[in-house]
Parts: sequence; structure tokens; C-alpha cells
Amino acid sequence: MSDTPNIRFRPVTTEPALVQGLVISGVIAVLAVLLFAPLIAVFYEALSKGWFAAVASLADKESLAAIRLTLTVALVSVPLNAVFGVAAAWLITKYDFRGKAFLITLIDLPFSVSPVVAGLCIVLTFGANTVVGGWLVDAGYPIVFALPGIILASMFVTFPFVARELIPVMIEQGRAEEEAALTLGASGWRVFFTVTLPNIRWALLYGVLLCNARAMGEFGAVAVVSGKIRGQTATMPITIEMLYNEYLSVAAFTLAGVLALLAFVTLGLKTFLEIRHADALAATRRH
Amino acid sequence: MQIEIDEISKTFGVTAALTPVSLSIPSGALVALLGPSGSGKTTLLRILGGLEFATSGRVLFDGQDATGLTVQERRAGFVFQSYALFRHMTVFDNIAYGLNARPRAQRPPKAEIARRVTKLLDLIQLPDIGSRFPSQLSGGQRQRVALARALAIEPRMLLLDEPFGALDAKVRKELRQGLRDIHDTTGLTTVFVTHDQDEAMELADLVVVMSMGKIEQIGRPQDIRAKPASAFVKDFIGG
Ligand SMILES: Nc1ncnc2c1ncn2[C@@H]1O[C@H](COP(=O)(O)OP(=O)(O)OP(=O)(O)O)[C@@H](O)[C@H]1O
Ligand SMILES: [Mg+2]
Repeated sequence: MSDTPNIRFRPVTTEPALVQGLVISGVIAVLAVLLFAPLIAVFYEALSKGWFAAVASLADKESLAAIRLTLTVALVSVPLNAVFGVAAAWLITKYDFRGKAFLITLIDLPFSVSPVVAGLCIVLTFGANTVVGGWLVDAGYPIVFALPGIILASMFVTFPFVARELIPVMIEQGRAEEEAALTLGASGWRVFFTVTLPNIRWALLYGVLLCNARAMGEFGAVAVVSGKIRGQTATMPITIEMLYNEYLSVAAFTLAGVLALLAFVTLGLKTFLEIRHADALAATRRH
Repeated sequence: MQIEIDEISKTFGVTAALTPVSLSIPSGALVALLGPSGSGKTTLLRILGGLEFATSGRVLFDGQDATGLTVQERRAGFVFQSYALFRHMTVFDNIAYGLNARPRAQRPPKAEIARRVTKLLDLIQLPDIGSRFPSQLSGGQRQRVALARALAIEPRMLLLDEPFGALDAKVRKELRQGLRDIHDTTGLTTVFVTHDQDEAMELADLVVVMSMGKIEQIGRPQDIRAKPASAFVKDFIGG
């Protein structure tokens, strides 16, 4: 017979209740000030003249053009960045080569460069008074103050998201599975599509969602390259700013509300997939 | 298949993993590469499998120069120390992977693939686990699935890197016999890496003792025991 010694077990991670309470209420307070209050304010302002006024402001030609433009930019830049991000992460984690550290720094560059500076760089490179830019304008494909420039700017700013999300996952998973597939006779492409891609699909999805959210919300870089032409090169964030400066607050906040809702859709999608595929998620993380 | 290793060396930057080594492996032999950590066993095995390329020297398969063959062309059944099973695929799909990866003209029909996978599952004595995922298997089961996956491609040789390294003593014993049986039924030239001298001596026809990128001695287990070629070998197998 074994008699249980009289020890009080306390999980090692448990803090005194008082500390816990303080930390939790602190976090909630910060969230309330930084996140909830502004969000409520946006929708409150948007609906301050009633639903009808809000919807009517959206039906405006310029607002519709802005929504269309933002969706177009996201639709082009997010898939391209997903491809570039996967390629960069693949290179960095599966191969050893000179200048690897430099490439990693390069990928992070958009995080450390101000978006406005990035926008200016695009203007300086592709503007109508540069060689390349002038030639492209003559050929009928202007970059700056047009859709290509906006896409370039958005891509620059959102470039790191996919690669950053993938690199740690791919480092953790190592090369063994790919090597095994090679010894079994699979070609490089086959290995990528049947082994690498399935193993990183969740991280890739997160990266793409983050990238998308940022692409739709980007202001600084786009403000510089777009020239803010109403109804043509003004994206949603830029149109919001212009409307706000003109004291058209219902229109401004309604459009802001739509942008926020797009973000919610993204978040909702992520949560939905997480719940739906919780098992698969756990299986690909651990072995 | 007969394997000839001719003056193979390998350096990683400034580390010499293999100073020129030569080794002749008779067709159908079961060979152990035995040596302490860092002696270059894995490096030699990976060079045989085409996962690593030698800095200098040649590899010959049945007298033909195979040095430049790609990893796919070598058709070596490779079993990794960590098993490297495809975590998002069922055991069935893992074993079928090599057959599905064949060019369309050489790919067996679906029913034939299924038949072969079933046969391999029987061979490793795990007939009922085809629909499970690797995360739902024990270490010993994973190891056997990895072996079945390597055998599925009808390899020309079998290369195993510490196949029993991560398993407990009892399972090791069972799997040792399992490997011996599979080797005897398939007749495949088999090279396995180990740092356990008992395992090497008990299982292999031919033991290759390595130390610091060099081959210290090649011989049958009883010969190595009877006449160690150097103080290192004597010490290593005596310990
Ligand atoms: N990719 C690599 N880059 C640099 N050095 C390496 C690499 N692979 C192996 N080495 C070095 O080569 C030497 C031999 O390594 P190897 O993995 O072949 O040893 P091993 O005999 O398999 O050892 P263990 O029993 O620990 O697995 C070691 O000094 C190791 O550090
Ligand atoms: Mg090793």
C-alpha cells in the first residue's frame, strides 16, 4: 500500500491570482483603447446619418472605383508575392549558398524601409522623366501614376510576409522528406508539389492572408506612386483619406468600414480553416 | 549489384569528412559501416545514394561508372535515420510514392500498385496499418514502413543510416532479424550504418570499421574480432 504524501501540487506556470488578474485586465484595457474603440468609432461614424446615407455614399462612382482598384491590386500582388515568398523560403531553407545571409536581410528590407521612401524609389526608377519610365510611357504602359506602379508598391511592402511565415516552418521540417522523395525517383518539381507544398500549406495560408490584409490597407507607398487620381488610381485607403479631408465623414467612414469588414472576412476565413482542419494542422506541425 | 568505391574523398569547407577511401562490396552482401560519431559513415552512405557528391574519386556499380548518376538514376532504397516518412500521407501512400513517381509509361496501373503495397505491408508484418498516418505509428513501425517504402521502388541496393538508432533494445533485436530476413529474401546488396559494434558483428557479412574519415579495417566479423588491424579497432570492438 502506498500512502500519498501530503504535498500541494501547483503547476509551475501558475502566478498568484492577483498578478494574473492585473495582467489580464491590462491586456484588455490596451485592446479596448487600441482596437475596439477605434473600430466601434468607425462604424458609429459611418452609420451616424443612417444606413441609407452610408449605402448611398458607397454607390458613389469614386468609391466603387476605389473598391475595385484595391481588390484588383490585392488579386495581382498577393499571388505573385506568394510565389516569390515560397521560392525565397525554399532557396533559403533547402540550399546552402554564398550570400544567403544577405538574401535574408534583403527579404526583411521592406520592414525597415518607410513605405513612403519605397514609393519614392519607384517614382525615381520608373517616373516619366527617367529612361525606362519615359520609354514605357511612350510605349503606352506608364508605371507611375497608374496601376502597375500601385501593384509594384504594394508588392514591395508586402513582400516579406509569406517568406517570413514559411522560413521557420521549413527550417523546422528539414530536408529529410525531400531527400527521401528524391531517392524514390521523384523529380525536383514532383518533390515540391507532393512533399514540400503540402507540408507548408498552413504557414503559406497564414502568410497569404497577412499579405492580403496588408496589400489592401497599404497607404504610404501607394500614396506616392499613385498620384491619387480620383476614380482612377485612388485605392480605398487613399480615397478614405481624401473624403475625410473634404469633411465627407459618412462616405469616408463607410469606406473605412468596408475595408475593416474585408479584414474581418480574412480573419474569419483563417479561424474557420483553423477549426475545420485542427487535426491536420497538428499533424503537420508535430511528427 | 556489386559496388566499388574507388578513392572517394569528401570535404565540407575545411572539414575532411572522408580522406580517400576505397571499398569493394560484393553483390548481395550485407555490409555494416561501423565507427564512432563523426567518422564519416553517413557521408559515405549519402555519396553511394547520390544525395551528396564526392570531392574526388569514383563509384562503380557492377563495374560501370556511376559517379555522375543523379540520385533518381541510382535507384537506391534509402532508409533515413529519422525515417523521413511523408507526414501528410497515409502509410499506403508513403509506400506507393516511388511507384507513383515513375514516368507514366513505366508506372504500374493503380490495382498493381495497390497489390504491391499490400504485399510489402505483409512483408514488414504490418498488414493493417495502410490507412494510418506516420504520426499514429510507433518508432519501430515507422522504421519498418520506411523500409517498405524503400523496397517498393525495386531498388538496386539498400542503404540504411542507423536504421535502429532511435529504438529500444527489444525492438532493435526484432528488427535486426527482420532486416536479415528481408536481405536474405530479396538478395539486395545492403549497406547499413551503425555505431553499435554488437549490431554490426551480429548482423553483417562484412564489417567496415571507420574512424576520422578513414577505413581502419574491412573484414568478416570473426576475422575482425580475431585480428584487429589497429589499436583503434581493438579498442572500439573490445569496448
Ligand atoms: N553538410 C555538412 N556540412 C559540413 N560538415 C559536415 C556535413 N555533413 C557532415 N559533416 C562533417 O563531416 C564529418 C563526418 O560526418 P558524418 O555525418 O558522415 O559522420 P557519422 O560517422 O555519420 O557520425 P554519426 O555517427 O554521429 O552520425 C563530421 O565531422 C561532420 O561534422
Ligand atoms: Mg551519421
